[in-house]
Amino acid sequence: MERHDVTLTVNGRTSTVSVEPRKLLVDVLREDLGLVGTHIGCEHGVCGTCTVLRDGESIRSCTTFAVQVDGAELRTVEGLASGSELHPLQDEFWDKQGLQCGFCTPGMLMRACEIVEQKPDVTREEVREGIASNLCRCTGYQFITDAVCAAAARMKAGSTETTGAQA
Amino acid sequence: MKPPPFHYAAPTSVAEAVALLGEHADDDARALAGGQSLVPLMNFRLAQPGYLIDLRRIEELTRIRTDGDVLSIGAMVRLSRAEHSPEVALGAPLLAEALGYVAHPPIRNSGTVGGSIAHADPAAELPAVALALDAELVVVGPQGARTIAAADFFVGPFTTAIGAGEILTEVRFPRRDGGQAFVEFARTHGNFALVGVASVIETDGDAVTRAAIALSGVAPVPVRAAAAERALTGTVPDDASIRAAVDAAVAGLSPSGDAHGSTETRTDIARSYLRRGIELALTRAQDRR
Ligand SMILES: Cc1cc2nc3c(=O)[nH]c(=O)nc-3n(C[C@H](O)[C@H](O)[C@H](O)COP(=O)(O)OP(=O)(O)OC[C@H]3O[C@@H](n4cnc5c(N)ncnc54)[C@H](O)[C@@H]3O)c2cc1C
Ligand code: FES
Ligand code: FES
Repeated sequence: MERHDVTLTVNGRTSTVSVEPRKLLVDVLREDLGLVGTHIGCEHGVCGTCTVLRDGESIRSCTTFAVQVDGAELRTVEGLASGSELHPLQDEFWDKQGLQCGFCTPGMLMRACEIVEQKPDVTREEVREGIASNLCRCTGYQFITDAVCAAAARMKAGSTETTGAQA
Repeated sequence: MKPPPFHYAAPTSVAEAVALLGEHADDDARALAGGQSLVPLMNFRLAQPGYLIDLRRIEELTRIRTDGDVLSIGAMVRLSRAEHSPEVALGAPLLAEALGYVAHPPIRNSGTVGGSIAHADPAAELPAVALALDAELVVVGPQGARTIAAADFFVGPFTTAIGAGEILTEVRFPRRDGGQAFVEFARTHGNFALVGVASVIETDGDAVTRAAIALSGVAPVPVRAAAAERALTGTVPDDASIRAAVDAAVAGLSPSGDAHGSTETRTDIARSYLRRGIELALTRAQDRR
């Protein structure tokens, strides 16, 4: 079957992979790039566990062929921490018990990342509404909401105290 | 499950896309927009096109323009971009409001205005909006461009008047004065509507001069609530006349039932959401004056 070269910049690293056009972005991330943090649940766009950021916007990597994002800038859960230092979202998910089994967590974190980056002043209600796109069967969403709100507050405080500290 | 194999091309012009569609007709060639309906269908192998023509590189399909009284949205404008566009808010507030009901933001970040309308899901929001605003759908094929009125566009569930070898390039929304409102009932926000109501009501201060109301989710295609439109036009609406208009519209409906709601449930929901939609559009019409 025909193959296409797809160039992706994922978490700041650019690579070119040769893939069949039918290969889903989530499978290219996991199989070709070894980034298995992004999970696959439903493969029809409903659960959100495969959520990644494309040019800063959350998308479903299971309803996207890799060829459709040739040339794009992507961020996955592997790109959140800087070195051994967790991203405020990861830190607060840990601290507030925003996860149990952890299956939804990578997608939830990336969706949350878009929410807090688009709106540093996000309200609790907006966080609840915002993460409704992603299914979690364990947590009841309360602790996730707490974690996202706490991270948003920390990130906002951080960005007013120091500039550019937050990657 | 993984999608079946297919050939893929991402042309940079409408002419090239149309030519590819024609050349690969035997392969069941299809347009690919955001993929938010097509890719899930392919993942489950409910659709198996042999050739996909990705429209994402066609610059001219990503424009939002206002020409006089017409708002034109290129087929490849992403749903989230249209949702947050000041031009859309001004030229077609009904559309801007309805977009907030289409799935969730991560889907809207990829799905397109043209894809939603071309897909023609009977429960989708945008087809009803197109119908209520008397939108014109521009399609281009080997014979050139033609324009189809929304009233003639939706011919059945997932079936439109787009011919073989044609692609949808643009949706034109004429500007309407008066109040516009989109309301819907879904099991959870972000799900497809059980019933969606798109209303555009113009008044001369007191009396209704023009009403356009379209429903999604209640028939195989989006439908105009013509009986309600007729009943409202010319009247100074009050509680009783709105009730009469809603009853008239509902009398003509028999939505098919499924696991998510019986015929009776859907009819009841249509009754109460028609009322809400009409009242909201009327309030907004009055606020504008
Ligand atoms: C979890 C989930 C929830 C959803 N909820 C809703 C909802 O509540 N309401 C709703 O309306 N939609 C909903 N959708 C569908 C979503 O909005 C789709 O994005 C949209 O309907 C299709 O747009 P697209 O650009 O992704 O089109 P695609 O999936 O790429 O294409 C859809 C179809 O249209 C054809 N097509 C696309 N563009 C053109 C064109 N320019 N010319 C000719 N043919 C074309 C394709 O060949 C294909 O047959 C949901 C989707 C998901 C995954
Ligand atoms: S795996 Fe992508 S949304 Fe469920
Ligand atoms: S933590 Fe288990 S699904 Fe969310």
